[in-house]
Amino acid sequence: MDYLVTIGLEIHAQIQTRSKMFCGCSADYAAAPPNTHVCPVCMGLPGSLPVPNRRAIELAALTGLALNCRIASDNVISRKNYFYADLPSGYQRSQYDDPLCVNGWVDIDGDQGPKRIGLTRVHIEEDTGKLTHTADGGSLVDFNRAGVPLMEIVSEPDITSPEEARRYFQKLRQILVWIGVNSGDMESGALRCDANVSVRPAGQQAYGAKVEIKNINSFRFVERALAYEIERQVTSLRAGERIVQSTRGWDEATGTTVAQRTKEFAEDYRYFPEPDIPPLRLTEAWVAERRAELPELPDARRQRFMTDYDLTPYDATVLTDERAVSDYYEQAVAAARPRGVAPKDVANWLTGELFRLLKDSGETLVVAAQRIRPEYLAEVQELLNNGVITRTSAKEAFDAAFREGRAPAQIVAERGMAVIGAGDALTDMVRQAIADNPKVVEEYRGGKVTAIKYLIGQVMKATRGQASPQAVQQALEQELTRQ
Amino acid sequence: MAALHELTLVQAHEALTRGDVTSVELTQALLARIAAVDSRVQAFLTVDADGALEQARAADLQRARGPSSALLGIPLGIKDVISTSGVRTTCGSNMLATYVPVYDATVIARLKQAGAVLLGKLNCDEFAMGSSTEHSAYQQTRNPWNLERVPGGSSGGSAAAVAAGEAPATLGTDTGGSIRQPAALCGITGLKPTYGRVSRYGLVAFASSLDQIGPMARTAHDCAMVLQVIAGDDPQDATCTGHPVPEYVAALTGDVRGLRIGVPREFFVAGMQPEVEAAIRHAIDVLRDQGAIVQEISLPHTQYALPVYYLIAPAEASANLARYDGVRYGLREPGESYFDELERTRGAGFGAEVRRRIMLGTYALSAGYYDAYYKRAQQVRTLIRRDYLEAFEQVDVIAAPTTPTVAFKIGAHSDDPLAMYLEDVCTLPLNLAGLPGLVVPCGFAEGLPIGLQLIGRPFDEQTLLRTGDAYQRVTDWHTRMPALV
Ligand SMILES: [Zn+2]
Repeated sequence: MDYLVTIGLEIHAQIQTRSKMFCGCSADYAAAPPNTHVCPVCMGLPGSLPVPNRRAIELAALTGLALNCRIASDNVISRKNYFYADLPSGYQRSQYDDPLCVNGWVDIDGDQGPKRIGLTRVHIEEDTGKLTHTADGGSLVDFNRAGVPLMEIVSEPDITSPEEARRYFQKLRQILVWIGVNSGDMESGALRCDANVSVRPAGQQAYGAKVEIKNINSFRFVERALAYEIERQVTSLRAGERIVQSTRGWDEATGTTVAQRTKEFAEDYRYFPEPDIPPLRLTEAWVAERRAELPELPDARRQRFMTDYDLTPYDATVLTDERAVSDYYEQAVAAARPRGVAPKDVANWLTGELFRLLKDSGETLVVAAQRIRPEYLAEVQELLNNGVITRTSAKEAFDAAFREGRAPAQIVAERGMAVIGAGDALTDMVRQAIADNPKVVEEYRGGKVTAIKYLIGQVMKATRGQASPQAVQQALEQELTRQ
Repeated sequence: MAALHELTLVQAHEALTRGDVTSVELTQALLARIAAVDSRVQAFLTVDADGALEQARAADLQRARGPSSALLGIPLGIKDVISTSGVRTTCGSNMLATYVPVYDATVIARLKQAGAVLLGKLNCDEFAMGSSTEHSAYQQTRNPWNLERVPGGSSGGSAAAVAAGEAPATLGTDTGGSIRQPAALCGITGLKPTYGRVSRYGLVAFASSLDQIGPMARTAHDCAMVLQVIAGDDPQDATCTGHPVPEYVAALTGDVRGLRIGVPREFFVAGMQPEVEAAIRHAIDVLRDQGAIVQEISLPHTQYALPVYYLIAPAEASANLARYDGVRYGLREPGESYFDELERTRGAGFGAEVRRRIMLGTYALSAGYYDAYYKRAQQVRTLIRRDYLEAFEQVDVIAAPTTPTVAFKIGAHSDDPLAMYLEDVCTLPLNLAGLPGLVVPCGFAEGLPIGLQLIGRPFDEQTLLRTGDAYQRVTDWHTRMPALV
């Protein structure tokens, strides 16, 4: 029997703000010693009160717009009540009935072609502190992360395979990083996900029991955890067992999912509206401001690169994967236009030579771009187009520009890399070749036109390749005719 | 001149301004008074004599340098649910017996900025939950008019301290009547400001949508002077924003001619002590004689206030008190695991009344009950507020009793929480509606004080203070002090 798989993802993404969600503490806690980014509010000291971070709400709304959501006009922050040592107030401030963003979607490459995945909601909440268990059985708690703003992005159960789940997660990461709301750093936990999966026999209408897999922090694991869990459920169903609605944890070490709790023991979070924070009313004008803040998104830009710049789908994809690379390319194209250099040639320099150099140096483009400025890509191609340098020299000049941070034209001039295509230098070398090879000259003059190839070779050798063969041939023909 | 401990805040300010007395002398006099009577009254949980004298010396130096603010050098007492940096803040609970805050509440920072002298921290029902100060984990504050009677609560220490001459003014907090009821029972003046008038930052939360800090003193004029300093927007309290602060003392014209006063028939409840009703009606007559226009009004949803309050307040409290888990501060009872430790700590740290309210609130918020209890209560709360806003289309001030009876005997209600909850039946509708209320002394029965409650429009404290001050210009109930023999 065939089984149908239904998957929904809940993605938790830290919102990149300078300060925390409800206090003025720095949200940049990753490298800070434990409990140094704390204050009465995020430590839950008696009497402290939360004040919402406007920027976090703006960025969450921006995310909603990037994900084609509707932004709710009335926003209520709620208290989600539960006890844990990493939760300073005994409740997490979150959203329940009235999420900030609803009814969105993202397009991904599905198993059967393009596919639209629905988004139920995006809501804002605060992160918890971090517990570390010590060897002697004790626990240490660090509240630096407590109160860092988070978004929870909940998909519809539209995903039907682990691969699709991974692609959806990747697509979301791309968009979040692209619009600057999240670092995309999954290792530090700035981006993480829970997956809901159910399995049912083909032909059955009702969904199977939902199992939630917690704490997945890589693309590879989301695919592996789901594959494992689907296999486990199908095996159980085949054996005539019943799947229980439950929560399981992904265990990296064993590559399995492990039971955590069943529905019967599910917590009652006793949500109620946070009385310390009045409802946030977001006007249409405010939403319009957010919309104006929204940059061109990767899918739209990819389409534009293909239509306007004549890029292949592959190049267009590569050049819209990351915002920094894509923006760099746009700057290079802007510099290329007035020089008559084609965007396609710029793309080739970027995805070929520059990517290779970055890979060797281990740098990101943002870092290297302080040396290899976008206009250098246009400049090197222009030198090539104008026959000033050969392809070999162009690569050498580009490498030097990458290492030294100087313009290719300057490097070409300083190192005499310009093609020896005219002027005294070439004439001298041509004359020398004629003088050194009287026999060949005689053959040529005697009507063996192909003999000139030998002379071209001699001159090329003398220029160490810094001449274009066409120019050398032209110069030889002129000299031979003159004499 | 009266003894220093008998001065009103206004008189103390004048004496300091004239140079008749220094802040150090005034502070020493009050510390001496505390030493003399507090073993009987038991209003203070912490007396910070060294800190107070240091602040008094600084205030005297400041005064010598030039113009001074109204509270410069004035000694005040603070209810022990308000966070004071470096001074133990217990909330009347074993849970916080050793808790020393690292920060000042906004009201404390403002008092310090104004140069006030902080004498110490005042007893209250545990986490402000109670109406008699019997639920303090530490001591039973007594009514200075009769030491066998309760001072009211939860700000019982704040009221008793003023009545006993241990401080000219104190800060209390009011979630369901906790400033007004003890003010009435101790024969002093107390103001619960509009919700959002005074920052709650640093007020240890009981019920966040109801809590409000306010002044307690001998006169409406004194309350106006303290309110002037503590009122106003606070960027650290998202519920305290957008309301400019008027000049309260300037509003005390003594003139109530043409003031429309509504008397709600629902507040004269069955079981009300006849002498109390008589005193209230007489006080209203005094205001009428001064030129106010009195009419009877109806607030039809008044009867629902008590059940609504006892759903909303415990629900919020159940979350607000969840932070006391022994991990970061306060009591910690060691256990086998986090949850074991949590149960032991909370079991040992909280008293019976606090535990009762946490359980009530947890229940009201539980899955399947939320709509029937908490949500419904919020809907009725809206109706209660609407009653008042409609009434204020016809009247400027509402005058009503504060409590149905005078102070009861210590222990009288200890077996009957419901009877205790009824103490607040006349006061808690204001908290639900977010309105300001001023209590002024208006008579005695059985040798115990009675208080008139004046209720105002949102953010219209000045009309209340003007009315209370006008009343006090022609009466002397507020000038009487207990013998304390
Ligand atoms: Zn903080």
